[in-house]
Amino acid sequence: MAVLVLADHDNAALSDATAKTVTAAIAFGGDVDILVAGEGAGDVATEAAKLAGVRKVLHAEGEAYKKQVAEAMQALIVPLMDGYDALFAGATTMGKNVTPRIAAKLDVMQLSDIIGIEGQDTFVRPIYAGNAIMTVKSSDAKKVVTVRGTAFDPAGDGGSAAIESVDAPAGPFKAKFVSEEVVKSDRPELTAAKTVVSGGRALGSEEEFQRLIVPLANKLGAAVGASRAAVDAGYAPNDYQVGQTGKIVAPELYIAIGISGAIQHLAGMKDSKIIVAINKDEEAPIFQVADYGLVADLFNAIPDLTDAL
Amino acid sequence: MKVLVPVKRVIDYNVKVRVKSDQSGVDLANVKMSMNPFDEISVEEAVRMKEAGTVTEIVVVSIGPQQAQETIRTSLAMGADRGILIKTDDAVEPLAVAKLLAKVVADESPQLVILGKQSIDDDCNQTGQMLGALLDWPQGTFASEVKIDGDTVSVTREVDGGLQTVALEGPAIVTVDLRLNEPRYASLPNIMKAKKKPIDMKEPSDYGVDISPRLDILKVTEPPVREAGEKVEDVAALVAKLKAAGAI
Ligand SMILES: Cc1cc2nc3c(=O)[nH]c(=O)nc-3n(C[C@H](O)[C@H](O)[C@H](O)COP(=O)(O)OP(=O)(O)OC[C@H]3O[C@@H](n4cnc5c(N)ncnc54)[C@H](O)[C@@H]3O)c2cc1C
Ligand SMILES: Nc1ncnc2c1ncn2[C@@H]1O[C@H](COP(=O)(O)O)[C@@H](O)[C@H]1O
Repeated sequence: MAVLVLADHDNAALSDATAKTVTAAIAFGGDVDILVAGEGAGDVATEAAKLAGVRKVLHAEGEAYKKQVAEAMQALIVPLMDGYDALFAGATTMGKNVTPRIAAKLDVMQLSDIIGIEGQDTFVRPIYAGNAIMTVKSSDAKKVVTVRGTAFDPAGDGGSAAIESVDAPAGPFKAKFVSEEVVKSDRPELTAAKTVVSGGRALGSEEEFQRLIVPLANKLGAAVGASRAAVDAGYAPNDYQVGQTGKIVAPELYIAIGISGAIQHLAGMKDSKIIVAINKDEEAPIFQVADYGLVADLFNAIPDLTDAL
Repeated sequence: MKVLVPVKRVIDYNVKVRVKSDQSGVDLANVKMSMNPFDEISVEEAVRMKEAGTVTEIVVVSIGPQQAQETIRTSLAMGADRGILIKTDDAVEPLAVAKLLAKVVADESPQLVILGKQSIDDDCNQTGQMLGALLDWPQGTFASEVKIDGDTVSVTREVDGGLQTVALEGPAIVTVDLRLNEPRYASLPNIMKAKKKPIDMKEPSDYGVDISPRLDILKVTEPPVREAGEKVEDVAALVAKLKAAGAI
């Protein structure tokens, strides 16, 4: 038995999702190898080789792999799967984009966003925005799986896997990366942060979001999140969205400010350890999942809270 | 150019889902069903392309029970031209849906297929990418902007770090994210007009595709319930609680 784990990275560093996916792959069983496909990603391969429990790292280099374009990744991974029983990737936008193409080529039904493994063909995954939990048994010969990061702890360091170069098909491919707009920040990454401060529609404008949410997050060393309503209204960028169709987070502390608590939002944060809700409507559904609820006008409460910390 | 839009009938996003007591699945008896919200966005995008003159025909296709015809009618009322219902009462997994769609693509020869990024019932997020692989077409997933320039489809994608733009050499697959557009409500005259638009009735066997499931559902259970905690008086009380809990 052998599992190939698809590394998620930006050619400089491995994302936290990869270490969590390795933990899931180890729980699945067999030898665990990591594929680092990128451009100038040597440091990432070195970092991957240090993860505990990894047998070897396959390192593929090429221009088309710089942004892990799905069509190139498919060309690289499908032949490699001859030597593996399973492909595991984090349920990141990269993983979700790439793995179904591999599953279709292997003629297997993918298991998306798993939160548990109950044997080599049995997996647990949420459906209906986490309102139901399904246990499924796969009858396919090979498994293609994406892993929900909040359900697995990151694998530790201490490994010393060998790094092996693999040839990467050079294309041409019918899809090309053109450009990206990536917001660089010193803040912890949303899905890896210990504390998350999220703002909702009640903030009313981008200026108020910046004025109230950001200083509180700074004081707490927290990542900033948002509801879809806040993102849609342009108060916060799209990659801040927490929920069924945004990011899934489970920090030690989640503070929801002016967020009503729609099921689609709860789907992304209800596994947080401690939830704080600040909302002026005492009937808001968010209070049903909050450990500490404060019924207050956020425009008064947030400056006070920031000062008190 | 011709566009194919697959639309799925799912539980309405406002319905509170209930798990059946025998753990065999989710209770769908007498609950409101609607078009998957992402698919409304796909239909809207196709209709806007038609209004802009880049698209000449919009074909919608749904795989599902007889009632999925209503989902197709809704799309027709929004501005799609005709529909195909591939009727089955079985649950069809994304891989089988993608195989059926690949056959429809072979029959219809669209230059673009626009799908939702995810169904809100199975939360799979697979079908579009699988269809891309089966057809060997390029894909632009999680789209927040789509531009067509001759044979090139330029897609801005919502990715974990922000936004990414890819250029696809058509024919191509696009899967849509929530911010691509805001779907219209069909007007009454358009709803009336939609009643006269044609819907082709098919069955999976017409396409020679094996739709038998690969996944066996062992059980479906309720998620652990989170108990509501306590209300605190004021900011000072909140800070005290968080300190006591070691959270700050
Ligand atoms: C297919 C689909 C997918 C979705 N995916 C997501 C997702 O991933 N993430 C997500 O978040 N949403 C998602 N949604 C949207 C979701 O249904 C809700 O519409 C959204 O979460 C609401 O955002 P909100 O709580 O900020 O706004 P609202 O529901 O408008 O709530 C605002 C809250 O602020 C409170 N408030 C107002 N003024 C003040 C004040 N001065 N002080 C304190 N409190 C105040 C109000 O009492 C209210 O509770 C999705 C919807 C669909 C259909
Ligand atoms: N039964 C179906 N009929 C038509 N389209 C479907 C069906 N299932 C999935 N799709 C399409 O595939 C998208 C993604 O679905 P999924 O992969 O199930 O999350 C949906 O938004 C639809 O556009």
